[in-house]
Amino acid sequence: MNARFLAPLAIAATLATGAAHAQNQATNLPNLRIGLREDPDIMDPTLARSFVGRIVFTSLCDKLFDTNERLEIVPQLATGYRWEDPKTLLVTLREGVTFHDGEKLDAEAVRYSLMRHLTMQGSFRRGEITDLESVEVVDPMNVRLRLKQPSAPFLSQLADRAGMMVSPKAAEAAGRDFGARPVCAGPFRFVERVAQDRIVLERFPQYWNAANFHFNRVTFQPIVDSTARLANLQSGTMDLIEVTSLADVPAVRRDRRLSMVTAEGQGYWNVIFNIGGGPRAQTPLGQDARVRRAFDLAIDRDALNQVAFEGLHTPASQPIPPASPMHVKDLRVTTRNVDRAKALLREAGVRTPFPVDLMVANSPEMRQVAEVMQSMLAEAGFELRIAATEFASALQAGARGDFQAYLSGWSGRPDPDGNVWTFIHSRGAQNDGKYANPEVDALLDQTRADGDTARRAALYAQAFDIALTRDRARSLLWHPRLFVAFTQRLQGVTLLGDGMIRLQGMRLR
Amino acid sequence: MWGWLLRRLGQIIPTLLILSVLIFALQQLMPGDPAIIMAGEERGDPQVLAEIRAELMLDRPIWEQYGAWLWRLLHGDLGFSWRIRQPVGQLILEKLPVTLQLGLMAFVISVAIGVPAGIISAAYRDRPADWAANGIALAGISTPNFWLGIMMILLFSVQLGWLPPSGYVPLTEDWQQSLATTIMPAFVLGGGIAGVFMRHTRAAMIGALGQDYVRTARAKGLPERVVVGRHALRNALIPVITLGTIELGRLLAGAVLTEQIFSIPGFGKLIVDAVFNRDYPVVQGVVVVTAIIFVSLSLVGDLLYMAINPRLRTA
Repeated sequence: MNARFLAPLAIAATLATGAAHAQNQATNLPNLRIGLREDPDIMDPTLARSFVGRIVFTSLCDKLFDTNERLEIVPQLATGYRWEDPKTLLVTLREGVTFHDGEKLDAEAVRYSLMRHLTMQGSFRRGEITDLESVEVVDPMNVRLRLKQPSAPFLSQLADRAGMMVSPKAAEAAGRDFGARPVCAGPFRFVERVAQDRIVLERFPQYWNAANFHFNRVTFQPIVDSTARLANLQSGTMDLIEVTSLADVPAVRRDRRLSMVTAEGQGYWNVIFNIGGGPRAQTPLGQDARVRRAFDLAIDRDALNQVAFEGLHTPASQPIPPASPMHVKDLRVTTRNVDRAKALLREAGVRTPFPVDLMVANSPEMRQVAEVMQSMLAEAGFELRIAATEFASALQAGARGDFQAYLSGWSGRPDPDGNVWTFIHSRGAQNDGKYANPEVDALLDQTRADGDTARRAALYAQAFDIALTRDRARSLLWHPRLFVAFTQRLQGVTLLGDGMIRLQGMRLR
Repeated sequence: MWGWLLRRLGQIIPTLLILSVLIFALQQLMPGDPAIIMAGEERGDPQVLAEIRAELMLDRPIWEQYGAWLWRLLHGDLGFSWRIRQPVGQLILEKLPVTLQLGLMAFVISVAIGVPAGIISAAYRDRPADWAANGIALAGISTPNFWLGIMMILLFSVQLGWLPPSGYVPLTEDWQQSLATTIMPAFVLGGGIAGVFMRHTRAAMIGALGQDYVRTARAKGLPERVVVGRHALRNALIPVITLGTIELGRLLAGAVLTEQIFSIPGFGKLIVDAVFNRDYPVVQGVVVVTAIIFVSLSLVGDLLYMAINPRLRTA
């Protein structure tokens, strides 16, 4: 036979054995089982909204960017970016990336995904990238994003679900049912989902960074009861679990077969005061900042943390966590001062014990927090009446302004804007207390327009000085810590403040 | 008898219709706006809320929503889950075998323990066997499921490593693994109900054993085994069957806490998650299917009475 014909045959044979070898390697890899706190909602990055859903997406759908432990933006599907002017962002894509259906990830696919996030009916990403005006394909590897106005937090949105890219072909074909069979460009591809039982992903050999992922299959299983979740880890049915009850932390530490990593979360818990939300704001608590200041001074954050959380969380002074470069260092955690609190109540002319209704989610942990606060506040002259309310009802009551004080939490976002603007700005979608101050609004708008970290931090300091220190729109309580427990056989587990489980570099012995 | 059966079947349709109206009406009373929950972090944006309400028909009058739902139901379409966008029919079909398996296993365990214990207890009334059976029954009834479940997981899964602590494997996939994953939850569920069966069987047996026909049977010189087994038990079983259909119905409607602890993806978990997320189509679908199961079971119960008591057949 002619050597000219033999050469391609030899190449084909080599490729075939190479592919078979890669396949064998993949099947030799171990599987990983992860226990989640609840069943994720829809697996479509445009329509999804749950925290646990984001954990699954981390292995399924790559984003244009990611964040690192210092909350800095790092490349993922994009290799770089450049602000051409404050309203124009040029994004350069990674070469040779394919979606799970074999389609190429190029500038056109990015344009499609971003426009889907922006325009699809019922999109939960629209609010995150609302500043996006248009997307231009410069060439196959470059896209230009034009914004309506300068937006400092915009880039960080592309490091979350709004930056997740979907295969245009698969998305077009599936329409609104895309979430039943998502096709993205992450390290693992979707295999199956049995609602409330499991979500199974398998290794995607063509992933751009496949060499750093060492599992064949990953199964996410919701186990709602925290004790049962831990028992699954202890008995070896799970390899890694989210630890949601801090009472489980000592048990994990005692067990020599288990390990744990922890990270300071990006979120916070606070008491929202109803200041402008209808008739229930018409009390001295809603109308007189001195009463709210007295409330704030009566709470001992350290003691609360010790009693309710075994001292594991971090007392908070502001919505921006200490790990953020924009954390306002001069704003200190309120120190308890009962005498000052009593004096403020006297000044405000309210009769003690002054009744305050506190709405809390109906969970044992939050009821305990409320009860600890109740006894602290009683010493200062408040009569805290706890209204334990089922979660969905509390959300609605919060949005309607049907509360006086509301103990509420937020999971947090890498850019401080996601922790502040929507809660304190008068047009903020989650400003349940309807706090409105034009000065604060102006300062917060400036934090969005300015890309400089130091200047933004200074603007946040001024805004907090008015909204938190002077007006006491909210009482900040604590920043939660996040915990992930796993078998000793699992190595290379890291946890960032976003609570996402990144499988990169992780190995099961 | 056929006429009776037709009449009974005829009663089922209005029952289900009334129930469906009730579900719709009660949903309106439930606090918490589904659109606000669906909107999540966008809940302050009126445009988002309006879009969601329009898509889910929540902006239409309640009777219109009901009509649309009923029309689809008559065409075999239960709608789709608002939360995870899967067809409700598919969700129910996924969960039904799980709940059936768990429910039937729990039922068998409860009957296998409860009925013989009740018979022995009645036959040896006020003797040590009776006291022991009563004590065990009381313990079974009064032990909370979630506590027993956690203790069993800690003992059999964590300490001894005999059984998987949670999860579910379908019978068709691997029957041994399937039994291994369901035996603990079935025991937790069945154990509690066994106590109820034992108490009812005992009371009914004591009643039956005091009847004239039992005295007659004894006077005829029949052995005690035949007196208890054939004469007294057959009559005592009627209230026990009634109880059995009710308990089985309850088991098949899902066992929330037990499913939660053992992470069994059955009806109980499905409906609780749906209620908390105000996922109305799932709530409606599950309630309708559960109602059909209940009504069918009560029909089966009636047929069983006839099999046991021939006098009822002429009624």
